[in-house]
Amino acid sequence: MNATAEQPKVYAIAAEFPTVAALYHAAEQIRDAGFKKWDVYTPFPVHGMDKAMGLGKSWLSAVVLCGGITGLLIAVVLEGYPSLIDYQTVVHGKPTDWATVPAFVPIFFELTILCTAFTIVFTLMVMSQLPRWNHPMFNWERFSRVGDNGFFLAIEARDPKFSEDKTRSLLESIGGNHVTLIHD
Amino acid sequence: MDAPLDPQAAAVAKIPLVANDRSMDWVTEKVSTIVEARTPFWWWVAFLITSPIAVFGLCCIAYQISTGVGVWGENHPVGWAWDITNFVFWIGIGHAGTLISAILFLTRQKWRTSINRASEAMTLFAVICAAIFPGIHVGRVWMAWFLAPVPWYEGVWPNFRSPLLWDVFAVSTYFTVSVLFWYTGLVPDLATLRDRATSRVKKFFFTVFALGWRGSNRNWRHYEMAYLILAGISTPLVLSVHSVVSFDFATSVIPGWHTTIFPPYFVAGAIFGGFAMVLTILLPARVLYPQLRDLITKQHIDRMCKIILLTGSLVGYAYAMEFFTAWYGGNPYEKWLFLRNRLADPFFIGPALHITPAPYWWAYWCMITCNVLSPQVFWFKKCRYNLWVVFIIVNFVNAGMWFERFVIIVTSIERDFLPSMWHMYHPTWVEQGTFLGTFGIFLSLFLLFMRYLPMIAMSEIKTVLPEGDPHGAHQGHKTGGAV
Repeated sequence: MNATAEQPKVYAIAAEFPTVAALYHAAEQIRDAGFKKWDVYTPFPVHGMDKAMGLGKSWLSAVVLCGGITGLLIAVVLEGYPSLIDYQTVVHGKPTDWATVPAFVPIFFELTILCTAFTIVFTLMVMSQLPRWNHPMFNWERFSRVGDNGFFLAIEARDPKFSEDKTRSLLESIGGNHVTLIHD
Repeated sequence: MDAPLDPQAAAVAKIPLVANDRSMDWVTEKVSTIVEARTPFWWWVAFLITSPIAVFGLCCIAYQISTGVGVWGENHPVGWAWDITNFVFWIGIGHAGTLISAILFLTRQKWRTSINRASEAMTLFAVICAAIFPGIHVGRVWMAWFLAPVPWYEGVWPNFRSPLLWDVFAVSTYFTVSVLFWYTGLVPDLATLRDRATSRVKKFFFTVFALGWRGSNRNWRHYEMAYLILAGISTPLVLSVHSVVSFDFATSVIPGWHTTIFPPYFVAGAIFGGFAMVLTILLPARVLYPQLRDLITKQHIDRMCKIILLTGSLVGYAYAMEFFTAWYGGNPYEKWLFLRNRLADPFFIGPALHITPAPYWWAYWCMITCNVLSPQVFWFKKCRYNLWVVFIIVNFVNAGMWFERFVIIVTSIERDFLPSMWHMYHPTWVEQGTFLGTFGIFLSLFLLFMRYLPMIAMSEIKTVLPEGDPHGAHQGHKTGGAV
């Protein structure tokens, strides 16, 4: 908790759930209650949680496709321009014309994969808003178990349906323990 | 399982992937304490053995660079020998990690979760060892940047139609993508270690490298998609790397190299040798850290042995097919090479056919014995479950795979078209020292990895625990955990 600030801003109200199944059902109820700015925190990716939270398919794949195509185009230019146009090198008296294009395929492939991989990692970071040094959730002592066996659900204060009392009682009614106000 | 099952259910029940019904907390605790506890005594002993070997290898490399490639035993016609043998050997070992993390992920083989982290690390270290050899083999190491696709010299570009340049791209792409894949998998576990860290220094480093990961499902959603696509692109990549390595040989005109079967044959061999090295490393790790026995169970070892049996037999088929092609293809040079440079031993085949034995007949027969015959014991469940048998056999495979590359490379060129050029190849101490040194580098890096990073993917293993199943566990079913 931020000790220096007079009145730390409320970031969210969070609860802990005893099992992954309890968290899963809680997420379904929060989704049905119409909340938008909320999240669950788990030590591992929970199967089906996206559906329970009402989240669609990740758009990461679309960005990655563009990255892969960029890689392929880079390879086409990188190999095609020098080998066919700029400076044709005759090695062992072998041909250097358009019929040799199949010899370029391995590098087309490798650079496509390389650009795809970099796009995946950077897009993942951008879409997850990482890296970041800190996060309000880390202010909660119990949250240190999120990488171990803690299952948490937090509803953010910026959600239009957020109200300290009502959200607290909602979280308690769906089986949340240690319901806590998280400050920035 | 303790709960009594009715006989019908027991008949189809599968062995859980994590033995002894361990909880999530147990997994976190046991894996993290490997990193957090004081450095064990045996670790120092092991490291003090492997690191001087690594340094000796680096000294051999320094001597070779400062003096010239003449300190190696290579000469015409054997221009490729131990260096390229070791390169292909190590790069082949590097295939198991990505196979486990990518192909077994796409095929939903959940048992991969216990072994993928260590195998991926092994992949990276093996590729580092591999990359040393072509680098120093070029002779004038300070001109190695000629390999880069830039018009450095008088506007001349590298030859993009050359398999050697494809290799540069394939190996560097493979290494980079493997690092990204490995690191992406590590992030959630680094976050776990960050949250557990007690000292300020550790907290700082884990905070930096965990990137602020907090297990948010909005992040997991993208993470899972990222991991799936990484697995999807790594699958063709891992198959392509050894194919491209095999093109170095297959596109030449040398009998014994000029073979269309090479790409699948090399890939099968790489997976074979890679799994053998995974077991060579994980079996001792399992002894040194007994808590790993519930995570890397005998079931895991059994499955790896089955893959070794399958790929070993595929490799055996490839050996047989090479001979069939040499005979049936009617190329006299190829037939001559396979019979007189490889097969003919001084005891049976040589005397029976009245031909002089092949100079390297022992290398060829070592390869057959280690790679094709020895893994056949894995047909028997008793052998797959006896860890001593497994350890001995996988080391036979390690040796056999090295001999395979030696046989392919050296026996094909030591007696080629021109008999006046025939020349027996002998490695010098510098070559032997460099090869030994790469083992030192490999093992030292692996020891450091074991000591400083979580060697089991905690966040992944939790998904296969019954406790991690959001649909079954709360009703008392044990649906999770088994494949």
